[in-house]
Amino acid sequence: MGLATLWASFDPYLRPSVIGLMIFVVFNALIIASAILVLAERKIMGFMQQRYGPYLVGPHGMLQPIADILKLLFKEELRPKGADRWLFTLAPVISVVAAFAAFATVPFGAETTFFGLLDEPIKLGVSDVNVGVLVVFAVTSMGVYGIVLAGWSSNSKYSLMGGLRASAQMISYELAYATALASVVMLAGSLSLREVVDAQSGYWLGFIPRWYLFLQPLGFIIYVIAGVAETNRAPFDFPEAEQELVAGYNTEYSSVRFALFPQAEYINMVTMSAVATDLYLGGWHGPFLPPAYGWIWFLLKVGLILFAYIWVRWTVPRYRYDQLMQFGWKWLFPAAVLNLIATAALILYFNA
Amino acid sequence: MPDTILFYLLAGVAIIASALVIGQRNPMYSIMLLIASFGALSGLYITLDAPFVAMAQIIVYAGAIMVLFLFVVMLLNAPQEDAAEWDRAHPMRRPGFARFGALLAGLLIAELAWALMRASSLVETPVAGRGDAAALSSVRALGGVLFTYYVFAFEATSVLILVAMVGAVVLARREDDR
Repeated sequence: MGLATLWASFDPYLRPSVIGLMIFVVFNALIIASAILVLAERKIMGFMQQRYGPYLVGPHGMLQPIADILKLLFKEELRPKGADRWLFTLAPVISVVAAFAAFATVPFGAETTFFGLLDEPIKLGVSDVNVGVLVVFAVTSMGVYGIVLAGWSSNSKYSLMGGLRASAQMISYELAYATALASVVMLAGSLSLREVVDAQSGYWLGFIPRWYLFLQPLGFIIYVIAGVAETNRAPFDFPEAEQELVAGYNTEYSSVRFALFPQAEYINMVTMSAVATDLYLGGWHGPFLPPAYGWIWFLLKVGLILFAYIWVRWTVPRYRYDQLMQFGWKWLFPAAVLNLIATAALILYFNA
Repeated sequence: MPDTILFYLLAGVAIIASALVIGQRNPMYSIMLLIASFGALSGLYITLDAPFVAMAQIIVYAGAIMVLFLFVVMLLNAPQEDAAEWDRAHPMRRPGFARFGALLAGLLIAELAWALMRASSLVETPVAGRGDAAALSSVRALGGVLFTYYVFAFEATSVLILVAMVGAVVLARREDDR
Protein backbone atom coordinates (compact mmCIF):
# COMPACT_ATOMS: atom_id res chain seq x y z
CA MET A 1 0.00 0.00 0.00
CA GLY A 2 1.43 3.34 -1.03
CA LEU A 3 0.60 5.50 1.94
CA ALA A 4 1.26 2.80 4.51
CA THR A 5 4.82 2.20 3.24
CA LEU A 6 5.41 5.94 3.03
CA TRP A 7 4.19 6.17 6.60
CA ALA A 8 6.47 3.36 7.75
CA SER A 9 9.45 4.83 5.93
CA PHE A 10 9.42 7.85 8.24
CA ASP A 11 11.88 7.82 11.07
CA PRO A 12 9.84 6.78 14.15
CA TYR A 13 10.82 9.97 15.97
CA LEU A 14 9.79 12.19 13.10
CA ARG A 15 6.64 10.24 12.27
CA PRO A 16 3.60 12.24 13.28
CA SER A 17 1.50 10.40 15.83
CA VAL A 18 -2.04 9.41 14.93
CA ILE A 19 -3.45 11.72 17.59
CA GLY A 20 -1.32 14.59 16.32
CA LEU A 21 -2.59 14.02 12.78
CA MET A 22 -6.13 13.85 14.06
CA ILE A 23 -5.74 17.17 15.88
CA PHE A 24 -4.29 18.72 12.72
CA VAL A 25 -7.12 17.41 10.55
CA VAL A 26 -9.91 18.42 12.93
CA PHE A 27 -8.41 21.86 13.59
CA ASN A 28 -8.19 22.64 9.89
CA ALA A 29 -11.56 21.07 9.17
CA LEU A 30 -13.12 23.42 11.72
CA ILE A 31 -11.45 26.46 10.16
CA ILE A 32 -12.61 25.41 6.69
CA ALA A 33 -16.07 24.62 8.03
CA SER A 34 -16.38 28.14 9.43
CA ALA A 35 -15.35 29.58 6.05
CA ILE A 36 -17.88 27.40 4.24
CA LEU A 37 -20.56 28.38 6.72
CA VAL A 38 -19.96 32.09 6.11
CA LEU A 39 -20.50 31.50 2.40
CA ALA A 40 -23.44 29.14 2.97
CA GLU A 41 -25.10 31.62 5.25
CA ARG A 42 -24.90 34.44 2.71
CA LYS A 43 -25.90 32.18 -0.18
CA ILE A 44 -28.89 30.69 1.63
CA MET A 45 -29.92 34.11 2.88
CA GLY A 46 -29.75 35.39 -0.69
CA PHE A 47 -31.81 32.43 -1.90
CA MET A 48 -34.45 33.07 0.75
CA GLN A 49 -34.62 36.73 -0.14
CA GLN A 50 -34.81 35.98 -3.89
CA ARG A 51 -31.40 37.29 -4.85
CA TYR A 52 -28.03 35.72 -5.66
CA GLY A 53 -25.93 36.53 -2.61
CA PRO A 54 -22.17 36.92 -3.17
CA TYR A 55 -21.53 36.34 -6.85
CA LEU A 56 -18.43 38.22 -7.99
CA VAL A 57 -15.42 36.55 -6.33
CA GLY A 58 -14.74 33.27 -8.09
CA PRO A 59 -17.39 31.14 -9.83
CA HIS A 60 -20.77 31.84 -8.23
CA GLY A 61 -18.97 33.78 -5.48
CA MET A 62 -17.36 30.61 -4.12
CA LEU A 63 -14.15 32.41 -3.12
CA GLN A 64 -15.96 35.11 -1.14
CA PRO A 65 -14.78 33.77 2.29
CA ILE A 66 -11.14 34.10 1.20
CA ALA A 67 -11.75 37.70 0.15
CA ASP A 68 -13.47 38.36 3.49
CA ILE A 69 -10.58 36.88 5.46
CA LEU A 70 -7.97 38.89 3.51
CA LYS A 71 -9.93 42.07 3.99
CA LEU A 72 -10.14 41.52 7.74
CA LEU A 73 -6.44 40.66 7.97
CA PHE A 74 -5.39 43.93 6.34
CA LYS A 75 -7.63 46.18 8.39
CA GLU A 76 -6.22 48.39 11.12
CA GLU A 77 -6.54 47.18 14.66
CA LEU A 78 -8.13 49.73 16.95
CA ARG A 79 -8.56 49.80 20.68
CA PRO A 80 -10.82 52.34 22.37
CA LYS A 81 -9.05 54.76 24.68
CA GLY A 82 -10.72 53.70 27.91
CA ALA A 83 -10.61 49.96 27.14
CA ASP A 84 -9.01 47.54 29.56
CA ARG A 85 -5.88 46.55 27.66
CA TRP A 86 -5.42 42.99 28.95
CA LEU A 87 -8.99 41.82 28.96
CA PHE A 88 -9.72 43.48 25.59
CA THR A 89 -6.95 41.39 24.01
CA LEU A 90 -7.77 38.25 25.96
CA ALA A 91 -11.52 38.17 25.18
CA PRO A 92 -11.45 37.06 21.51
CA VAL A 93 -8.71 34.54 22.34
CA ILE A 94 -10.86 32.95 25.05
CA SER A 95 -13.79 32.78 22.65
CA VAL A 96 -11.97 31.04 19.85
CA VAL A 97 -9.90 28.70 22.06
CA ALA A 98 -13.02 27.48 23.83
CA ALA A 99 -14.71 26.95 20.46
CA PHE A 100 -11.86 24.82 19.11
CA ALA A 101 -11.30 22.92 22.35
CA ALA A 102 -14.96 21.92 22.65
CA PHE A 103 -14.67 19.71 19.58
CA ALA A 104 -11.85 17.70 21.18
CA THR A 105 -14.08 14.99 22.62
CA VAL A 106 -16.65 14.81 19.82
CA PRO A 107 -16.37 11.49 17.94
CA PHE A 108 -17.34 11.58 14.26
CA GLY A 109 -16.88 8.08 12.91
CA ALA A 110 -16.57 4.39 13.74
CA GLU A 111 -13.27 2.53 13.90
CA THR A 112 -11.64 2.53 10.50
CA THR A 113 -8.31 1.69 8.88
CA PHE A 114 -9.00 4.03 5.93
CA PHE A 115 -9.38 1.12 3.46
CA GLY A 116 -6.26 -0.63 4.73
CA LEU A 117 -4.00 2.39 4.69
CA LEU A 118 -3.30 2.12 8.40
CA ASP A 119 -1.99 -0.93 10.21
CA GLU A 120 -4.24 -0.53 13.23
CA PRO A 121 -7.80 0.72 13.10
CA ILE A 122 -8.28 4.14 14.66
CA LYS A 123 -11.38 5.66 16.16
CA LEU A 124 -12.44 8.81 14.33
CA GLY A 125 -12.38 11.52 16.97
CA VAL A 126 -9.59 13.48 18.62
CA SER A 127 -9.87 11.93 22.05
CA ASP A 128 -12.24 9.56 23.76
CA VAL A 129 -12.72 10.37 27.44
CA ASN A 130 -15.28 8.65 29.60
CA VAL A 131 -16.92 11.94 30.54
CA GLY A 132 -17.00 13.32 26.98
CA VAL A 133 -20.50 14.83 27.21
CA LEU A 134 -19.46 16.84 30.25
CA VAL A 135 -16.21 18.01 28.65
CA VAL A 136 -18.07 19.44 25.66
CA PHE A 137 -20.56 21.10 27.97
CA ALA A 138 -17.89 22.50 30.29
CA VAL A 139 -15.71 23.90 27.52
CA THR A 140 -18.58 25.50 25.57
CA SER A 141 -19.74 27.16 28.77
CA MET A 142 -16.27 28.72 29.06
CA GLY A 143 -16.82 30.42 25.71
CA VAL A 144 -19.25 32.93 27.18
CA TYR A 145 -16.40 34.57 29.10
CA GLY A 146 -14.96 35.76 25.82
CA ILE A 147 -18.20 37.54 24.96
CA VAL A 148 -18.79 38.92 28.45
CA LEU A 149 -15.23 40.18 28.82
CA ALA A 150 -15.29 41.70 25.34
CA GLY A 151 -18.43 43.57 26.32
CA TRP A 152 -17.03 44.79 29.62
CA SER A 153 -13.49 45.66 28.57
CA SER A 154 -14.54 47.74 25.52
CA ASN A 155 -15.67 50.60 27.79
CA SER A 156 -18.72 51.23 25.64
CA LYS A 157 -22.30 51.08 26.82
CA TYR A 158 -23.51 49.08 23.83
CA SER A 159 -20.78 46.50 24.37
CA LEU A 160 -21.56 46.36 28.08
CA MET A 161 -25.23 45.75 27.39
CA GLY A 162 -24.28 42.97 24.98
CA GLY A 163 -22.00 41.34 27.54
CA LEU A 164 -24.65 41.57 30.24
CA ARG A 165 -27.20 39.98 27.98
CA ALA A 166 -24.77 37.20 27.03
CA SER A 167 -24.16 36.24 30.67
CA ALA A 168 -27.87 36.35 31.60
CA GLN A 169 -28.85 34.37 28.52
CA MET A 170 -26.13 31.78 29.15
CA ILE A 171 -27.24 31.16 32.73
CA SER A 172 -30.88 30.85 31.67
CA TYR A 173 -30.41 28.46 28.77
CA GLU A 174 -27.55 26.35 30.07
CA LEU A 175 -29.89 24.78 32.64
CA ALA A 176 -32.36 23.56 30.04
CA TYR A 177 -29.47 22.45 27.83
CA ALA A 178 -27.85 20.39 30.59
CA THR A 179 -31.15 18.86 31.64
CA ALA A 180 -31.87 17.75 28.07
CA LEU A 181 -28.35 16.23 27.93
CA ALA A 182 -28.96 14.39 31.21
CA SER A 183 -32.01 12.58 29.77
CA VAL A 184 -29.94 11.15 26.92
CA VAL A 185 -27.12 10.22 29.29
CA MET A 186 -29.61 8.30 31.43
CA LEU A 187 -30.95 6.44 28.39
CA ALA A 188 -27.50 5.46 27.17
CA GLY A 189 -26.16 4.79 30.68
CA SER A 190 -22.85 6.42 29.78
CA LEU A 191 -21.23 9.85 29.72
CA SER A 192 -18.95 8.89 26.83
CA LEU A 193 -20.18 10.29 23.52
CA ARG A 194 -18.88 7.27 21.63
CA GLU A 195 -20.85 4.89 23.84
CA VAL A 196 -23.95 7.06 23.46
CA VAL A 197 -23.63 6.77 19.67
CA ASP A 198 -23.03 3.03 19.76
CA ALA A 199 -26.12 2.59 21.95
CA GLN A 200 -28.11 3.92 18.97
CA SER A 201 -27.01 1.32 16.41
CA GLY A 202 -29.53 -1.09 14.93
CA TYR A 203 -33.24 -0.84 14.12
CA TRP A 204 -36.62 -1.24 15.75
CA LEU A 205 -38.98 -3.52 13.76
CA GLY A 206 -36.28 -3.77 11.15
CA PHE A 207 -36.65 -0.30 9.65
CA ILE A 208 -36.89 2.43 12.32
CA PRO A 209 -33.35 3.40 13.33
CA ARG A 210 -32.79 3.25 17.09
CA TRP A 211 -32.05 6.94 17.33
CA TYR A 212 -32.72 8.77 20.56
CA LEU A 213 -34.61 11.33 18.48
CA PHE A 214 -37.56 8.93 18.55
CA LEU A 215 -37.27 8.27 22.30
CA GLN A 216 -36.56 11.88 23.19
CA PRO A 217 -38.45 14.08 20.71
CA LEU A 218 -39.08 16.75 23.36
CA GLY A 219 -35.48 16.51 24.55
CA PHE A 220 -34.23 17.03 20.99
CA ILE A 221 -36.38 20.15 20.53
CA ILE A 222 -35.20 21.55 23.88
CA TYR A 223 -31.58 20.74 23.03
CA VAL A 224 -31.76 22.49 19.66
CA ILE A 225 -33.51 25.59 21.02
CA ALA A 226 -31.06 25.87 23.92
CA GLY A 227 -28.21 25.21 21.48
CA VAL A 228 -29.28 28.11 19.27
CA ALA A 229 -29.43 30.32 22.36
CA GLU A 230 -26.02 29.09 23.55
CA THR A 231 -24.38 29.93 20.25
CA ASN A 232 -26.05 33.38 20.26
CA ARG A 233 -27.75 32.88 16.92
CA ALA A 234 -30.99 34.49 15.80
CA PRO A 235 -33.70 34.46 17.10
CA PHE A 236 -31.63 34.54 20.31
CA ASP A 237 -28.80 36.83 19.15
CA PHE A 238 -29.30 39.37 21.95
CA PRO A 239 -25.62 39.95 22.76
CA GLU A 240 -25.19 41.52 19.32
CA ALA A 241 -28.72 42.63 18.43
CA GLU A 242 -27.94 45.07 15.62
CA GLN A 243 -31.07 47.15 15.78
CA GLU A 244 -30.67 47.85 19.48
CA LEU A 245 -26.96 47.66 20.33
CA VAL A 246 -25.09 48.63 17.13
CA ALA A 247 -23.21 45.30 17.15
CA GLY A 248 -23.36 44.45 20.85
CA TYR A 249 -20.30 42.98 22.49
CA ASN A 250 -18.08 43.30 19.40
CA THR A 251 -18.93 46.95 18.59
CA GLU A 252 -15.43 48.20 19.42
CA TYR A 253 -13.52 45.36 17.78
CA SER A 254 -11.85 45.52 14.41
CA SER A 255 -9.57 43.49 12.15
CA VAL A 256 -8.50 39.99 13.24
CA ARG A 257 -9.70 40.46 16.79
CA PHE A 258 -13.17 41.03 15.39
CA ALA A 259 -12.88 38.11 12.97
CA LEU A 260 -12.23 35.72 15.85
CA PHE A 261 -15.73 36.28 17.29
CA PRO A 262 -17.74 35.19 14.23
CA GLN A 263 -15.26 32.36 13.71
CA ALA A 264 -15.88 31.16 17.26
CA GLU A 265 -19.61 31.44 16.65
CA TYR A 266 -19.48 29.31 13.50
CA ILE A 267 -17.24 26.69 15.11
CA ASN A 268 -19.61 26.56 18.07
CA MET A 269 -22.45 25.95 15.61
CA VAL A 270 -20.54 23.03 14.11
CA THR A 271 -19.83 21.59 17.56
CA MET A 272 -23.44 22.00 18.61
CA SER A 273 -24.65 20.23 15.46
CA ALA A 274 -22.07 17.46 15.82
CA VAL A 275 -23.08 16.83 19.43
CA ALA A 276 -26.77 16.87 18.46
CA THR A 277 -25.97 14.29 15.78
CA ASP A 278 -24.08 12.12 18.26
CA LEU A 279 -26.73 12.36 20.96
CA TYR A 280 -29.99 12.22 19.03
CA LEU A 281 -29.45 11.26 15.39
CA GLY A 282 -27.38 8.13 15.82
CA GLY A 283 -24.04 9.72 14.92
CA TRP A 284 -22.42 7.82 12.09
CA HIS A 285 -24.99 4.98 12.05
CA GLY A 286 -27.19 4.90 9.00
CA PRO A 287 -28.48 2.59 6.26
CA PHE A 288 -26.93 1.78 2.84
CA LEU A 289 -23.33 2.57 3.83
CA PRO A 290 -20.85 0.15 5.43
CA PRO A 291 -19.62 1.23 8.90
CA ALA A 292 -16.26 2.39 7.48
CA TYR A 293 -18.08 5.08 5.52
CA GLY A 294 -20.16 6.16 8.52
CA TRP A 295 -18.52 9.56 8.62
CA ILE A 296 -20.40 10.41 5.41
CA TRP A 297 -23.68 9.95 7.29
CA PHE A 298 -22.23 12.04 10.09
CA LEU A 299 -21.32 14.90 7.76
CA LEU A 300 -24.75 14.73 6.09
CA LYS A 301 -26.58 14.95 9.41
CA VAL A 302 -24.38 17.76 10.68
CA GLY A 303 -24.92 19.62 7.40
CA LEU A 304 -28.67 19.21 7.73
CA ILE A 305 -28.71 20.69 11.23
CA LEU A 306 -26.44 23.53 10.14
CA PHE A 307 -28.81 24.28 7.27
CA ALA A 308 -31.69 24.40 9.76
CA TYR A 309 -29.63 26.82 11.88
CA ILE A 310 -29.24 29.22 8.96
CA TRP A 311 -32.82 28.66 7.84
CA VAL A 312 -34.12 29.64 11.28
CA ARG A 313 -31.91 32.70 11.40
CA TRP A 314 -33.38 34.19 8.24
CA THR A 315 -37.01 33.28 8.84
CA VAL A 316 -37.70 33.83 12.56
CA PRO A 317 -37.61 37.38 13.95
CA ARG A 318 -35.67 38.14 17.11
CA TYR A 319 -37.47 37.75 20.41
CA ARG A 320 -37.89 40.62 22.82
CA TYR A 321 -35.52 40.38 25.76
CA ASP A 322 -38.20 39.81 28.41
CA GLN A 323 -39.76 37.17 26.14
CA LEU A 324 -36.40 35.40 25.99
CA MET A 325 -36.17 35.22 29.79
CA GLN A 326 -39.81 34.24 30.13
CA PHE A 327 -39.48 31.49 27.53
CA GLY A 328 -36.24 30.16 29.03
CA TRP A 329 -37.35 30.00 32.64
CA LYS A 330 -41.08 29.42 32.39
CA TRP A 331 -41.31 27.06 29.44
CA LEU A 332 -38.03 25.54 28.32
CA PHE A 333 -36.54 24.69 31.71
CA PRO A 334 -39.75 23.19 33.23
CA ALA A 335 -40.28 21.19 30.04
CA ALA A 336 -36.71 19.88 30.27
CA VAL A 337 -37.18 18.89 33.93
CA LEU A 338 -40.46 17.13 33.16
CA ASN A 339 -38.77 15.33 30.28
CA LEU A 340 -35.95 14.25 32.62
CA ILE A 341 -38.35 12.94 35.29
CA ALA A 342 -40.53 11.14 32.74
CA THR A 343 -37.44 9.56 31.15
CA ALA A 344 -36.13 8.42 34.54
CA ALA A 345 -39.52 6.96 35.48
CA LEU A 346 -39.86 5.09 32.18
CA ILE A 347 -36.32 3.72 32.40
CA LEU A 348 -37.03 2.47 35.93
CA TYR A 349 -40.35 0.95 34.82
CA PHE A 350 -38.98 -0.93 31.81
CA ASN A 351 -35.74 -2.03 33.45
CA ALA A 352 -37.38 -3.21 36.67
CA MET B 1 7.66 12.09 38.81
CA PRO B 2 5.67 13.96 36.13
CA ASP B 3 2.68 13.60 38.45
CA THR B 4 4.58 15.33 41.22
CA ILE B 5 5.65 18.19 38.96
CA LEU B 6 2.12 18.53 37.67
CA PHE B 7 0.78 18.58 41.23
CA TYR B 8 3.11 21.35 42.36
CA LEU B 9 2.46 23.32 39.17
CA LEU B 10 -1.32 23.12 39.50
CA ALA B 11 -1.27 23.64 43.26
CA GLY B 12 1.01 26.65 42.79
CA VAL B 13 -1.32 28.18 40.20
CA ALA B 14 -4.32 27.55 42.45
CA ILE B 15 -2.71 29.11 45.53
CA ILE B 16 -1.15 32.11 43.78
CA ALA B 17 -4.34 32.85 41.83
CA SER B 18 -6.43 32.58 45.00
CA ALA B 19 -4.06 34.89 46.86
CA LEU B 20 -4.19 37.43 44.03
CA VAL B 21 -8.00 37.34 44.05
CA ILE B 22 -8.03 39.18 47.39
CA GLY B 23 -5.33 41.60 46.31
CA GLN B 24 -7.13 43.08 43.29
CA ARG B 25 -8.84 46.48 43.41
CA ASN B 26 -10.77 45.67 40.24
CA PRO B 27 -13.44 43.00 40.87
CA MET B 28 -13.27 41.92 37.22
CA TYR B 29 -9.66 40.78 37.64
CA SER B 30 -10.58 39.04 40.88
CA ILE B 31 -13.19 37.00 39.03
CA MET B 32 -10.79 36.03 36.24
CA LEU B 33 -8.18 34.94 38.78
CA LEU B 34 -10.77 32.92 40.67
CA ILE B 35 -11.66 31.14 37.42
CA ALA B 36 -7.96 30.37 36.89
CA SER B 37 -7.83 28.96 40.42
CA PHE B 38 -10.86 26.75 39.72
CA GLY B 39 -9.24 25.56 36.51
CA ALA B 40 -6.09 24.55 38.39
CA LEU B 41 -8.19 22.74 41.01
CA SER B 42 -9.99 20.85 38.27
CA GLY B 43 -6.59 19.85 36.87
CA LEU B 44 -5.70 18.49 40.30
CA TYR B 45 -8.86 16.36 40.28
CA ILE B 46 -7.87 14.93 36.90
CA THR B 47 -4.46 13.91 38.27
CA LEU B 48 -6.38 12.18 41.07
CA ASP B 49 -8.27 10.03 38.50
CA ALA B 50 -11.54 11.84 39.13
CA PRO B 51 -12.51 13.29 35.73
CA PHE B 52 -16.17 13.57 36.66
CA VAL B 53 -15.43 15.73 39.70
CA ALA B 54 -13.05 17.81 37.59
CA MET B 55 -15.71 18.48 34.96
CA ALA B 56 -18.36 19.16 37.61
CA GLN B 57 -15.96 21.71 39.11
CA ILE B 58 -15.63 23.49 35.77
CA ILE B 59 -19.34 23.36 34.92
CA VAL B 60 -20.68 24.37 38.32
CA TYR B 61 -18.06 26.81 39.58
CA ALA B 62 -16.21 28.19 36.57
CA GLY B 63 -19.18 27.87 34.21
CA ALA B 64 -22.26 28.78 36.20
CA ILE B 65 -21.38 30.52 39.44
CA MET B 66 -18.62 32.74 38.05
CA VAL B 67 -20.83 33.85 35.13
CA LEU B 68 -23.32 34.94 37.78
CA PHE B 69 -20.53 36.82 39.59
CA LEU B 70 -19.55 38.53 36.34
CA PHE B 71 -23.18 39.43 35.70
CA VAL B 72 -23.52 41.07 39.12
CA VAL B 73 -20.22 42.95 38.85
CA MET B 74 -21.15 44.23 35.40
CA LEU B 75 -24.67 45.14 36.48
CA LEU B 76 -23.39 47.18 39.42
CA ASN B 77 -20.52 48.36 37.21
CA ALA B 78 -18.24 48.86 40.21
CA PRO B 79 -14.77 49.61 38.81
CA GLN B 80 -13.24 50.19 42.24
CA GLU B 81 -13.97 48.65 45.58
CA ASP B 82 -15.70 51.35 47.58
CA ALA B 83 -17.56 50.81 50.83
CA ALA B 84 -20.64 52.99 50.84
CA GLU B 85 -21.80 54.91 53.89
CA TRP B 86 -24.66 52.56 54.70
CA ASP B 87 -22.22 49.67 54.45
CA ARG B 88 -20.01 51.11 57.18
CA ALA B 89 -23.01 51.77 59.40
CA HIS B 90 -24.45 48.30 58.80
CA PRO B 91 -26.08 46.66 61.85
CA MET B 92 -23.70 43.70 61.45
CA ARG B 93 -20.85 46.08 62.30
CA ARG B 94 -22.07 46.57 65.89
CA PRO B 95 -19.50 45.55 68.55
CA GLY B 96 -21.45 42.50 69.70
CA PHE B 97 -21.67 40.99 66.23
CA ALA B 98 -18.08 41.95 65.44
CA ARG B 99 -16.78 40.13 68.53
CA PHE B 100 -18.82 37.07 67.64
CA GLY B 101 -17.30 37.15 64.17
CA ALA B 102 -13.80 37.41 65.62
CA LEU B 103 -14.55 34.40 67.83
CA LEU B 104 -15.68 32.40 64.79
CA ALA B 105 -12.51 33.37 62.91
CA GLY B 106 -10.40 32.23 65.88
CA LEU B 107 -12.24 28.91 65.93
CA LEU B 108 -11.62 28.48 62.20
CA ILE B 109 -7.89 29.05 62.66
CA ALA B 110 -7.78 26.52 65.51
CA GLU B 111 -9.69 24.01 63.39
CA LEU B 112 -7.35 24.48 60.43
CA ALA B 113 -4.27 24.07 62.64
CA TRP B 114 -5.72 20.91 64.15
CA ALA B 115 -6.59 19.47 60.75
CA LEU B 116 -3.12 20.22 59.36
CA MET B 117 -1.44 18.60 62.37
CA ARG B 118 -3.56 15.49 61.96
CA ALA B 119 -2.86 15.41 58.22
CA SER B 120 0.89 15.32 58.78
CA SER B 121 0.48 12.25 60.98
CA LEU B 122 -1.75 10.61 58.37
CA VAL B 123 0.90 10.88 55.66
CA GLU B 124 3.17 8.51 57.59
CA THR B 125 0.69 5.63 57.55
CA PRO B 126 -0.01 4.04 54.17
CA VAL B 127 -3.56 4.85 53.11
CA ALA B 128 -5.65 1.71 53.05
CA GLY B 129 -8.21 1.16 50.32
CA ARG B 130 -6.50 3.44 47.84
CA GLY B 131 -8.15 1.47 45.05
CA ASP B 132 -11.51 2.79 46.23
CA ALA B 133 -10.63 6.15 44.71
CA ALA B 134 -10.59 4.71 41.20
CA ALA B 135 -13.88 2.91 41.79
CA LEU B 136 -15.39 6.12 43.15
CA SER B 137 -14.49 8.03 40.02
CA SER B 138 -17.26 6.19 38.21
CA VAL B 139 -20.33 8.40 38.16
CA ARG B 140 -22.64 5.59 39.15
CA ALA B 141 -20.62 4.77 42.26
CA LEU B 142 -20.32 8.43 43.15
CA GLY B 143 -24.08 8.94 42.90
CA GLY B 144 -24.76 5.81 44.92
CA VAL B 145 -22.44 6.85 47.73
CA LEU B 146 -23.69 10.44 47.70
CA PHE B 147 -27.34 9.48 48.07
CA THR B 148 -26.91 6.65 50.59
CA TYR B 149 -23.82 6.87 52.79
CA TYR B 150 -23.30 10.65 52.66
CA VAL B 151 -26.96 11.58 52.27
CA PHE B 152 -27.03 13.47 55.58
CA ALA B 153 -24.04 15.62 54.65
CA PHE B 154 -25.56 16.14 51.21
CA GLU B 155 -28.90 17.32 52.58
CA ALA B 156 -27.21 19.41 55.30
CA THR B 157 -25.15 21.17 52.62
CA SER B 158 -28.27 22.01 50.64
CA VAL B 159 -29.82 23.54 53.77
CA LEU B 160 -26.59 25.47 54.36
CA ILE B 161 -26.75 26.89 50.84
CA LEU B 162 -30.37 27.91 51.40
CA VAL B 163 -29.38 29.66 54.66
CA ALA B 164 -26.53 31.42 52.85
CA MET B 165 -28.94 32.60 50.16
CA VAL B 166 -31.41 33.99 52.73
CA GLY B 167 -28.49 35.59 54.57
CA ALA B 168 -27.27 37.24 51.39
CA VAL B 169 -30.71 38.69 50.71
CA VAL B 170 -30.98 40.00 54.29
CA LEU B 171 -27.49 41.53 54.22
CA ALA B 172 -27.86 43.06 50.79
CA ARG B 173 -31.15 44.78 51.56
CA ARG B 174 -30.75 48.36 52.71
CA GLU B 175 -32.44 49.52 55.88
CA ASP B 176 -34.66 52.09 54.12
CA ASP B 177 -35.97 49.58 51.57
CA ARG B 178 -38.73 48.29 53.81
